[in-house]
Amino acid sequence: MKARYSIFSLARNARSYHENWTEAWRSPEPRPAYDVVIVGGGGHGLATAYYLAKEHGITNVAVIDKGWLGGGNTGRNTTVVRSNYLWDESAHLYEHSLKLWERLSQDLNFNVMFSQRGLLSLAHNQHELRELSRRINSNRLNDIDSEFLNAAEVQAFCPVLDCRPNARHPVLGASLQRRGGVARHDAVAWGYARAADDRGIDIIQNCEVTGFRIEEGRIRGIETTRGSIGAGKVGCVAAGHSSVLAKMAGLRFPIESHPLQALVSEPIKPVLHTVVMSSAVHVYVSQSDKGELVMGAGIDGYSSYAQTGSPPVVENLLNALIELFPSFARLRVLRTWGGIVDVCPDASPIISKTPIEGLYFNCGWGTGGFKATPGSGWVFAHTIAQDRPHKLNEPFALDRFTNGYLIDEHGAAGVAH
Amino acid sequence: MMLIDCPYCGPRAELEFSCGGESHIARPANPEATSDGEWADYIFMRKNPKGLHYERWNHARGCRRWFNVARDTVTHRISKTYKMGEPQP
Repeated sequence: MKARYSIFSLARNARSYHENWTEAWRSPEPRPAYDVVIVGGGGHGLATAYYLAKEHGITNVAVIDKGWLGGGNTGRNTTVVRSNYLWDESAHLYEHSLKLWERLSQDLNFNVMFSQRGLLSLAHNQHELRELSRRINSNRLNDIDSEFLNAAEVQAFCPVLDCRPNARHPVLGASLQRRGGVARHDAVAWGYARAADDRGIDIIQNCEVTGFRIEEGRIRGIETTRGSIGAGKVGCVAAGHSSVLAKMAGLRFPIESHPLQALVSEPIKPVLHTVVMSSAVHVYVSQSDKGELVMGAGIDGYSSYAQTGSPPVVENLLNALIELFPSFARLRVLRTWGGIVDVCPDASPIISKTPIEGLYFNCGWGTGGFKATPGSGWVFAHTIAQDRPHKLNEPFALDRFTNGYLIDEHGAAGVAH
Repeated sequence: MMLIDCPYCGPRAELEFSCGGESHIARPANPEATSDGEWADYIFMRKNPKGLHYERWNHARGCRRWFNVARDTVTHRISKTYKMGEPQP
């Protein structure tokens, strides 16, 4: 049992100049076999392992990652958390996730710096205004907090935003989810890793999967760069590389991997106390606790595994950003980066069993997986442990592409891509 | 940013083009006899390879014609562009 983090442990360790903190998780050699192997050590994979132990008592589990823990999209996103999705299926899943976020720091004994600073979605024309109202009503019917602000109210709520009627992108109104906000993305991976490790789960980094051992339609284990590992069940949570894994198992997925870029400005004093997004002109901005403005750009139209995108996509974002926030025009961009996102045709995830017994996939989160981290891990752990989906992720099965029951969140979810 | 060699116009900046995804996907020849699973495979399932990818591009802000591109999805290096109807290299 790990020592709990608290104000007292902080004070105690301060007395020894912080030189005696113990490791947050072990780096064990892989054992010959596990009950469950999770492929992918990002937020979703680590959360899955944690909930397997916590909710289902399965602790003979390994999480393996080809790189460093949380080094993929978990450490590359814009850290926004919200649940104001249009369709019931998504709303239920993301709201379940948001409720887990609200007590995550206490649950993990790790400060994930979840900050419910509110999230504004802007409408710039009459059509968007109507769609926004529809989504607000839909959210409320699903017990999700969502309210409408008119232009004057938006201006009062977010003074730095240019809401003048003659602005290039006039703000006609906005939806506000006050429970939405941001969290510290790295801390989410670290918190889940520490809590999972504490329950006996092995986290094995720098160990890439090279193949699956499948016998008579059932998974038996995986081949890795660090040898062969037996497994009763395997859950794949590999984001942009899901198609690569699926191919190893002889499966075909409706996924395309695209670069998604984000960037931060130089740090400045607090100026933006909420998250602002506009799908029409594609702006996604919040201010980190360090003071940097964190901005999300769109995806590139072509598929890629390069973790880098094209400059014009960033330029588009910045053009729109300085129209909405003229005072940001003289800020300098500190750094930009890209991640590889697994985009599904209906912009909804796949959290599903597969035709191979004991092999499960959790993928297709596209551009919006971070907000779902706790909920995704929670339902995926249930799916693996019980060998059947939870009611929350039943609609997100792979067979929806055959029976046509798509959950079309393109545009509906409030993102343009 | 990529420089794409349009078979009709020559090399132009990536900005002039839009990508239309995986190429050489044949529509089921006999729609009535095609099962839901086969339709799903045709409409939704994609190779999405890490490495060499054959894809369709449109010179949207140029000649507006469609053509094929053989491109590596890791390095973004284009090994060949060729016209629609030409065989996959």
